[in-house]
Amino acid sequence: MDRPEEEIWDIEISPRNNLLDLKLKDVWHYRDLLVLLVRRDFVAFYKQTVLGPLWFFLQPLATIILFNFVFANIAKIPTGSIPPPVFYLAGTIIWNYFSDCLTKTSTVFKDNSAMLGKVYFPRLIMPLSIVLSNLIRFGVQFMLFLLLMVIYGIKGYPIHPNFYLLLFPVLIVLIAALGLGLGMMISAVTTKYRDLTFVVSFAVPLLMYTTTVIYPLSVAQSKYPKYSWLIKYNPITVVIETFRKGFLGEGSFNWELLGFAAGATIIIVIIGTIIFNRVEKNFVDTV
Amino acid sequence: MTKVIKVENLSKAYQLGDFGTGTISRDLERYWARIRGKEDPFLKIGELNDRTQKGTSDIVWSLRDLNFEVERGDAVGIIGRNGAGKSTLLKILSRVTSPTVGTVKIKGRVASLLEVGTGFHPELTGRENIYLNGAILGMRKAEIKRKFDEIVDFAGVDRYIDTPVKRYSSGMYVRLAFAVAANLEAEILVVDEVLAVGDAEFQKKCLGKMGDVSKGEGKTVLFVSHNMGSVRQLCDKGILLTNGQIAFTGNTEAAIKNYMNSSLDPKSGIVAIGPMADTIKIKSVTVNGSPLDVAITPKDEINFCIKYQCLKYLPGFRISLVIFKDGVRVLTVQDLEESTAIEPGYYRSDIKLQSYFLRPGTYSVAVGGHNTNHTNFSLGNVEWFFVTDISSFEVLEEWSKVYDFNNLGIINLPNTSGVRTAIGSDD
Repeated sequence: MDRPEEEIWDIEISPRNNLLDLKLKDVWHYRDLLVLLVRRDFVAFYKQTVLGPLWFFLQPLATIILFNFVFANIAKIPTGSIPPPVFYLAGTIIWNYFSDCLTKTSTVFKDNSAMLGKVYFPRLIMPLSIVLSNLIRFGVQFMLFLLLMVIYGIKGYPIHPNFYLLLFPVLIVLIAALGLGLGMMISAVTTKYRDLTFVVSFAVPLLMYTTTVIYPLSVAQSKYPKYSWLIKYNPITVVIETFRKGFLGEGSFNWELLGFAAGATIIIVIIGTIIFNRVEKNFVDTV
Repeated sequence: MTKVIKVENLSKAYQLGDFGTGTISRDLERYWARIRGKEDPFLKIGELNDRTQKGTSDIVWSLRDLNFEVERGDAVGIIGRNGAGKSTLLKILSRVTSPTVGTVKIKGRVASLLEVGTGFHPELTGRENIYLNGAILGMRKAEIKRKFDEIVDFAGVDRYIDTPVKRYSSGMYVRLAFAVAANLEAEILVVDEVLAVGDAEFQKKCLGKMGDVSKGEGKTVLFVSHNMGSVRQLCDKGILLTNGQIAFTGNTEAAIKNYMNSSLDPKSGIVAIGPMADTIKIKSVTVNGSPLDVAITPKDEINFCIKYQCLKYLPGFRISLVIFKDGVRVLTVQDLEESTAIEPGYYRSDIKLQSYFLRPGTYSVAVGGHNTNHTNFSLGNVEWFFVTDISSFEVLEEWSKVYDFNNLGIINLPNTSGVRTAIGSDD
């Protein structure tokens, strides 16, 4: 610290930065921006609509009605002892949260290039705001899930919440981190090469069928004993199954799988962050 | 004086052309070179950014080896032609993009106004947008709250503060946006030509505010503009950029003078085209006595003076002056009614436009000429030359008749009016 005052600089702009430096101090300074961006997304979503925030409910509601019709009634895919609507809703809200985080984060540079190209703020704010505003959406849909759970519970269906539901916060963090991490990886490529945007737009909906949104893991395992490990080790499957286990009392759960999912998520987030940090500096020139 | 900005060997390369098939293999090649610790193979072949020359490489240096320092309280004007690297420099200083080589060291908080109203959401109200925009610019919520009244006051949109900004007129929108930025607490203010918006009164207010900031509050201002009037008014130092390199640093007047002299330099990007480009050499073009970015009040006549050298005898020659506004050719006038013979030598042609003829706005000037060898005029036997963008001027919004919508249209026809007659019925 004996350097003369002349040589102490607050900001140093250089071609490269430390890849693991998240600039969390900067992010903390801009926390108000994070809150305001989340608010903006939320408010702008239902401005000039008649039904307003009700739209948050209508989307999953329509989905489970359709799923119930197609998969439970026509295709007759068993959902165990859980009534199909609750079963589907549990999977759907978690899947939606993941896929919204993923798709929005993967195009974050492209979608916000006008703003990011004109002013500096920690770039990480943008994906974080995506994760948070979708969390609010998830929260609203989760209320719907609880409501449906109670209704079916009163009607006498076998719904048995248990201690595993204490894992709920962990599950939320996992699913958000997965969406964020994968999204950040893809975002790096989409700034320069748009190809991956097309891949994301058709692959993400298809990917839903490789997780246990519309069928229980046990069914997949009995039908495809050889390949079901693909579904079993999908971290999203782990989250959905654990969620169902905790809230509905039926689902495949074991600690090893959860540990595996957590480990995979951590690795994905670290890689995603490194890639994101590399790209954020110069994406303006190529986007 | 303490240094607040120190720029060292700053360079920025851009890749020209389209990204697409083929770029990925090159990207891999560059990546491979980097992990082996070698120099980027594509940067070695980079060229200076001279947009008029067709280069041989896809990489251009938008900025090349910039070195300068700025001291606390300085107001520095950054001037140069389009494409000289001004905006790139501001982008690097405001951390929107990073340099390819070199470093910038900064002391204190930087507020950059590369654009006003960044992040404004049309659905949100004025109040909500003030908070959002303030936060984007790096203000804390408490800080915005403290300055809220001042911002609304400065913008003059008190009545509309709870209305979504999509219902605002474009003027109100810009005023609100600038007001947020102008009230930002920062030690260094980086301003791109945001003042090109709003009406004359508001522009003056903004300039005044920025002047206060640099002179009164001792803050540092970096200002990019094509309007030499504003630069002169606001800045005490100037940096002239030419093709990405510093051509001059020093006091504002000297920098502006250098800029204007350089504008006829072949290196400045101005080129004459046509078969006579080497026969007639344009030496200078001035508008009301100065070569570039002259501010003219509507009540003044506009005098164009073109000095040129003729290198060989031409049997029928005259000079044309063309005025453009936003890419539209507004008018063409000649110095002589009929082409006449001209001997080698130096000449000057004077062309005058009457007052209250051009409506407010920025105009650019092109000069051309033609030589007709024959009496029967057809395009085939005309020799010509043409120089675009050789000078520019601005007609200010100081219109005398306020009831006349002075900003509608381009030209104004004085003493032109119609007749109204009552005709009783609609047949």
